[in-house]
Amino acid sequence: MGQALNPDHTPYHPKWYRRRIPIFWWLSKRGYVKFITRELTSPFVVYAVLLLLVQVGALARGQPAYQRVEDWLGRGPVVAWHAFVLAALVFHSVTWLNLAPSALVLRLRGARVPDGVIRAAHFGAWAACSAMLGWLLLGRV
Amino acid sequence: MKRSREPALWALFSGGGMMAALFLPALAFVLWVAGPLGWVTAPSFETLAALALHPLTRFFLFGLAGLCFFHWAHRFRYTLYDGLQLYHLDRLIAVLTYGVATLLTLAAGVLLTIGL
Repeated sequence: MGQALNPDHTPYHPKWYRRRIPIFWWLSKRGYVKFITRELTSPFVVYAVLLLLVQVGALARGQPAYQRVEDWLGRGPVVAWHAFVLAALVFHSVTWLNLAPSALVLRLRGARVPDGVIRAAHFGAWAACSAMLGWLLLGRV
Repeated sequence: MKRSREPALWALFSGGGMMAALFLPALAFVLWVAGPLGWVTAPSFETLAALALHPLTRFFLFGLAGLCFFHWAHRFRYTLYDGLQLYHLDRLIAVLTYGVATLLTLAAGVLLTIGL
């Protein structure tokens, strides 16, 4: 079955040695757990975007519709769940921005810009974007 | 020579990761945690409606949504591929993840244009 779905995959090849790796290989080291946790933040990103779109849709339908969403958002278990979602989103941000120096190699007058400078610039951009959103959402209440 | 789609998919993944990293925590904190808990004065309906329904905001939200959906698709694809060792299902997983991301992006586009 697998061969039909992915012709490049060869379950057996006489020249290759493939050691079978257990599905939970990532539980063997703390670094691996962190890696998989980082990878699993992506469903929380999708959830956050979908919830934003639901809120925007409710805003367009008027105050009663938006109030129903607000009432749901104010329930204790929902707030607790969203605190967990927030933690996952912050984990995504921190791990993502920490990787910026690996993905972005900048040269200035022939010399490579130090990793710390690139990292600091990205965290500064995060702080600036958060402050701007805070001002847009709360500054004009 | 057949051109690889990977650079384009990686660019969408990367753009979505950056947008999510820069904008989502503050939105989640204000709208879903601090506001409901009363730590901050929650923005009024009028303030939020004026902000969210502005054409520039809709354009921004569409970009945020589309990139974040493709960020999920790319990352989740490789989580299943490497994490669960589903190498033989690579094509099926790619079709499902990018397919879902495409459908969600189209739905967001419809919502943010004719749906509001």
